[in-house]
Amino acid sequence: MTSLDIDALLSNTDTEIIICTGAGGVGKTTTAAALGVRAAELGRNVCVLTIDPARRLAQAMGLTELDNTPRPVSGVSPGSLNAMMLDMKRTFDEVVEAHADPERSKQILENPFYQALSSSFAGTQEYMAMEKLGQLHQDDSPWDLIIVDTPPSRSALDFLDAPARLGSFLDGRFIRILTAPARGAGSAIGRIAALGFGIFTNVLSKILGAQVLSDIGTFVAAIDTTFGGFRERADATYELLKKPGTAFIVVAAPERDALREASFFVERLQSESMPLAGLVLNRVQEVEAGSATEEQITAAAQRLRASGEFELTASLLELHAQRMALKERQKHLAARFESAHPTVPIIAVPAMAEDIHDLDGLRQIGAELADKNNDW
Amino acid sequence: MHSNQDSPSEVVLHVVSGKGGTGKTTVAAALAISLATNGHRVLLMEVEGRQGIAQLFDVAPLAYEETKVAVAPGGGEVWALAVDSEDALLDYLEMFYKMRRAGSALGKMGAIEFATTIAPGLRDVLLTGKAIEVVKRKEKNAANAYDFVVLDAPPTGRITRFLNVNSEVSGLAKVGPIKSHADSVMSVIASPLTTVHLVTLLEEMPVQETLDGIADLEANGLPVGSIFVNLMRPPKLDANQRKAVAEHSLSTSDIERGLEAVGLNSPELIASLEREALDHTQRVDLEARELQRLEDAQRTIVRLPLIPAGIDLGALYELAEIITNSEVTK
Repeated sequence: MTSLDIDALLSNTDTEIIICTGAGGVGKTTTAAALGVRAAELGRNVCVLTIDPARRLAQAMGLTELDNTPRPVSGVSPGSLNAMMLDMKRTFDEVVEAHADPERSKQILENPFYQALSSSFAGTQEYMAMEKLGQLHQDDSPWDLIIVDTPPSRSALDFLDAPARLGSFLDGRFIRILTAPARGAGSAIGRIAALGFGIFTNVLSKILGAQVLSDIGTFVAAIDTTFGGFRERADATYELLKKPGTAFIVVAAPERDALREASFFVERLQSESMPLAGLVLNRVQEVEAGSATEEQITAAAQRLRASGEFELTASLLELHAQRMALKERQKHLAARFESAHPTVPIIAVPAMAEDIHDLDGLRQIGAELADKNNDW
Repeated sequence: MHSNQDSPSEVVLHVVSGKGGTGKTTVAAALAISLATNGHRVLLMEVEGRQGIAQLFDVAPLAYEETKVAVAPGGGEVWALAVDSEDALLDYLEMFYKMRRAGSALGKMGAIEFATTIAPGLRDVLLTGKAIEVVKRKEKNAANAYDFVVLDAPPTGRITRFLNVNSEVSGLAKVGPIKSHADSVMSVIASPLTTVHLVTLLEEMPVQETLDGIADLEANGLPVGSIFVNLMRPPKLDANQRKAVAEHSLSTSDIERGLEAVGLNSPELIASLEREALDHTQRVDLEARELQRLEDAQRTIVRLPLIPAGIDLGALYELAEIITNSEVTK
């Protein structure tokens, strides 16, 4: 298989953004952190943006607080490593405050609909991750490489789609209909009703109640005059993702569902001409290749068991055979992925016996990620 | 036979959550088969549009229609339903306002997508609301339409927010129809009729997420059920052997003679076996530590083995039998 050359990617100063994506539970966040440590030790000035790190992983980077601001991770040189955790509400609040005068931003921040939107809208997290990425990637930023760990969403594709969805939602025709009264265009409702849209507001107010509709109207009117279009903002960040300085790394476990998800994502990136660096096949079973086949090992273990002697050896052989079988199955799944996506470089990272607790653990994963001689 | 008289527990709605990758859909399906055992009728629901149930039972993608997917030992039946928020909203409009036709006209305009997006909690109220509708549904003879409902729910990180529809909606609407709907949904979810199970693996992060999830559910007054430990592998080495491995005092000559007896003796194989023994020992120790942390949570723990050949219909029945013999369904 084509090997993914991680060190070449990390050392290349043209690489400015790396986005780790994949299904939930495949080790995206750990991969992002390990890439960050390795890149910093290759001399890059790195900022890792994580969405929801396990407490242990934050501790592994020596961080006690992750609070929407990049915090330096000590013990990494000659480059530097900073890590931060996205606080989506804070990020959203800051966007509002940066673009509206104090009085208007107060009005927006206190609006009940804004509060619901900024803390629980499906897609706000993705949108704010993009927004934060845009902020971190400014010309005057102290980082030359930003590594993003994507939110744990239902589908990895949400990261690409949610921002545009939120943008077009806030700019869309329905929200304009709802905001018509708030803009003082009283007759708009009449015109809409004539067009058959009245039923729409009728249904909405039945479900949500009239107060909610009015909150939404005030919110959109307030936000509309302050910054020009959510959609343009979302589009701008989306364009950033297409630039050659960006690299997507898709992380997958060697399991059917995770690889299926990875396939979807790879196909989507390719169809959008997004820069895909490759696939990290995470936590694969390693077995040292010996001359004996799995069948021979299993048969030998059975013979020992039947003889009633050498129980330890029998157990060890069973363990060995089990691992060989697991590796075989994983390789079969990987081969299927590979034949469907022959141009995608792949790197396999072995499963660790223990969880990651410290920088050394991350370094070890980084070394595995960069080990292009791994012939798994 | 639609009765749950032989079930002392009142629980009707079993919600199954877990960290991504822990196999919560598999566990939900096995639990559904187990609950259906001995003539019960069970509905297995999914709400995330992944068609995971159809893949597990090897049937065509589920439509928004209750479909029989399996039978259970002793004449039970498992039905399945994939709920999407648009269909659930149309149901809701019909049930409360007889407005299904208006609703579907709006659906064509993309307005329902809009409505479920505009109100973050609305989607969840509609999805949980559908589960509650099924729980409460009666046949003509006043028997429950289903004895049990198993909900393959969103992952642990989102489960409390998903179930706690009341507070989600109240952030948006203090009064009004959707608020009262949420209240009625909540009166079932936060009652002895419901229980929330969490699926985990014996690894640090999923276990931590499970413990955090339990604390979170409890803090919000939601009923926590059992912990399902999935993909458990029995240790291949016993405690004494593992101790020897950890202390690097395993007898190489012993292994050597064993391999000799089957004609496989080679220094390379011995080295591999010893490395794997160490790896295995570390893994087993880690699993034991994580299991202890789960036991400290004082919940019923159901241990489900790794099925080496992978999950197929046969494996689901195997897991279902283990669940049946556990305390969960008793």
